[in-house]
Amino acid sequence: MNIAATGINFIRQADVAARLRQRLPANSVLHAEEDTRAYECDGLTAYRQLPMVVALPSNEDEVREVLRTCNELKVPVVARGAGTGLSGGALPMGDGVLLSLAKMRRILAVDPLARTARVQPGVTNLAISEAAAPYGLFYAPDPSSQIACSIGGNVAENSGGVHCLKYGLTVHNVLRARAVTIGGEIVEFGGEALDAPGYDLLALLVGSEGMLAVVTEVTVKLVPEPETARVILASFDDVEKAGNAVADIIAAGIIPAGLEMMDRPAVRAVEDFVHAGYDLDAAALLLCECDGTSEDVEEHIAGVSETLTRAGATRVRVSNSEAERQKFWAGRKAAFPAVGRISPDYYCMDGTIPRRKLGEVLLFIGQMEKKYGLRCPNVFHAGDGNLHPLILFDANDADQLRRTEQFAGEVLEKCIEVGGTITGEHGVGIEKINEMCVQFRPQEITAFHGVKRAFDPEGLLNPGKNIPTLRRCAEFGRMHVKGGRLPHPELPRF
Amino acid sequence: MPNEAKDLLLSEPIQRFAEVVREAAVEGKPLRLRGGGTKDFYGQSLEGEVLDTRSCAGITAYDPSELVITARCGTRLAEIEAAMSGKKQTLAFEPPHFAQFGSGETTSTATVGGMVAAGLSGPRRQAAGAIRDFVLGVKIMDGRGEALSFGGQVMKNVAGYDVSRLMAGSLGTLGLILEVSLKALPVPVTEATLKLELPEDRAIETLNKWGGKPLPISASAWTGGELGVRLSGAGAGVKAAREKIGGELIDAAQGERFWAGIREQTDPFFRDDAPLWRISVPSTTPPLGLQGEQMIEWGGALRWLFSHADARTIRDAARRAGGHATLFRGGDKSVGVFQPLSPALMKIHRELKRELDPHGIFNRGRMYPDL
Repeated sequence: MNIAATGINFIRQADVAARLRQRLPANSVLHAEEDTRAYECDGLTAYRQLPMVVALPSNEDEVREVLRTCNELKVPVVARGAGTGLSGGALPMGDGVLLSLAKMRRILAVDPLARTARVQPGVTNLAISEAAAPYGLFYAPDPSSQIACSIGGNVAENSGGVHCLKYGLTVHNVLRARAVTIGGEIVEFGGEALDAPGYDLLALLVGSEGMLAVVTEVTVKLVPEPETARVILASFDDVEKAGNAVADIIAAGIIPAGLEMMDRPAVRAVEDFVHAGYDLDAAALLLCECDGTSEDVEEHIAGVSETLTRAGATRVRVSNSEAERQKFWAGRKAAFPAVGRISPDYYCMDGTIPRRKLGEVLLFIGQMEKKYGLRCPNVFHAGDGNLHPLILFDANDADQLRRTEQFAGEVLEKCIEVGGTITGEHGVGIEKINEMCVQFRPQEITAFHGVKRAFDPEGLLNPGKNIPTLRRCAEFGRMHVKGGRLPHPELPRF
Repeated sequence: MPNEAKDLLLSEPIQRFAEVVREAAVEGKPLRLRGGGTKDFYGQSLEGEVLDTRSCAGITAYDPSELVITARCGTRLAEIEAAMSGKKQTLAFEPPHFAQFGSGETTSTATVGGMVAAGLSGPRRQAAGAIRDFVLGVKIMDGRGEALSFGGQVMKNVAGYDVSRLMAGSLGTLGLILEVSLKALPVPVTEATLKLELPEDRAIETLNKWGGKPLPISASAWTGGELGVRLSGAGAGVKAAREKIGGELIDAAQGERFWAGIREQTDPFFRDDAPLWRISVPSTTPPLGLQGEQMIEWGGALRWLFSHADARTIRDAARRAGGHATLFRGGDKSVGVFQPLSPALMKIHRELKRELDPHGIFNRGRMYPDL
């Protein structure tokens, strides 16, 4: 069969590569292993697969040619931006084409009066804000990978960041996306106006993980840079008190620009790393940023400080300069690398829960630490309920890896149980595909497949990601008996 | 949330809906989904037997500190707003009730299901976002009588496709909305309304310039040479912005009435017998120069036009500007209420409709004649 250890059929590979080279410049099609190796994984490095062929189109016409070719040959296509995704959404397929949009990285227009930017999909998130900065504007969603991640990837994943509570997610900040369907048709979703006729397909496209169409151009909304921003750093001797303080701030009618929490193990890890001056005695730290006009910020900072004190904060500090604000944030922003220093590997989860369940979920995570014998510091986008527990493990130890996966699985199911979701901003990809079977019933999964069929009838765009097959759910269910009952008794078992 | 979906499915009104839907599906008989009927005027055509959603009503969850409210489809919008106002929260997209377009009553019969299906947002949309930005989760019944649950009650949720937001503005053509979860926001502490004299072109330019500055502008409305601007935020911030913007400060109660009149189209501007067009364009679009009476909202991005000009003239002007025009109320609907879609987009619309409503029973022809 000419299939080597890489799982690639060389005859098929040669055929597909040749067909693509007829339509694309020769150097835009890669198939030699030394060239395709760089694409074998995205930010979720535990999963790797060499792509059969890599295509690097440099404009929309070439994207169209790639998709038409793949449609004709019935070859699956995985689109990829910067490859920073954390859920394996851009994991290639051994029998598929990896379509990299990295060459399409031009900022086509910035319109300061209309407050929009029209960009190609490979432009980095931060580059948009940099291009807008001379006009006092910025692009609001700021995922932690913003220096590297691309806007096309942000659209695919509906990326968030630390300022979502006030400024929204990608879906709230994209006005228009131009895309190519698997059939090679060009479709405009949304528009330069605030709405478009027909169904809100832009909302479907954002967060669709490359399953519906391939984005070739995006118009984003730019917002004015706030006049000023200040951050409050508050210590609590109890995690639940900190959680309640978050609810109190919101109940007091203030929507902060950012509201973050770290528990003690996370605080210790970052303090050792960046020396942000964090309170090492605190059981939990809250960071609350207010931005806007100087007058509004003064009023909100006073209100939040009072609320925090009343909620039992043991210490409240307010940044008095931009340098101090940066210093307060430095620890939170370095949380992941700091944790990376204290453990050979860590596994980042992404569940979202109703805020009132924070105490319960943290307690549960504590129990799981004991059950699986693994440590798990927590950082938390507290304002919007998005939890990032970081399980520390050593990937070279097969048993630790297994325990980590089980630990993570139990936490995600806890998130569903308390009324939350398995993924707040990192996406399902390949990583959480099994947990989708827990969050959704077969009826919803079937409807999701229907949505995909409406765009991609033959299922060639990123198949196997995001939405599990019912068969997969049935198999996962069999391995995953909870309380003596299979989760989907109505499903046929294979 | 499988169990919740199951509970809802087992509730009596939903079981009745399921029976009606299944029967309609078998017979291929169209159903007209209807709440309070305040938006009956909106859309292409009304076909089929009425399925009244109001038997499925009630706020099912509201925790102000979570900033989420969940209610069943037939819940009156007024009931939701009253519950939220008690906690100093609000639906920030200011959905219109359009009580006067209902059954001739003065109290609003608008329901939350109808609000989501219609997908309309009011004056605050320019600052807060549209209704689709606030939909966090829905439960719907598809055209097979199957209850489905999408999204949830949390702000950030990227599991599966965002079918919840798709429901906003789908005019009930994709499914019967059973329950919705919406993001709540605090009521602004302070509001102030200013009036300025400005010609149309200057008003558009000024609004866009202000839009690029960190000013707490939450609504704008220009008509007949007068621009109204609403500021919302913390007390000191609103006061400072007043000085930057200038104009005449109008009485708070009068200001509130003014914005309510625009939101509900009870303002004197909306007393006109000509067909009313809703023209959605990029905010910087210069004056369209179309015949008729005009009001500009949303910082320049929304233009209401009472006009007898022909549909093609109006649509071409909107399209040239990069937007679209809807025959919102009155006029001859045979010109098409909504701007036609490109063939590629229409194909996706048809396929989506077929997937969720395979027998084509829900609100047939309400959006496009052949959808």
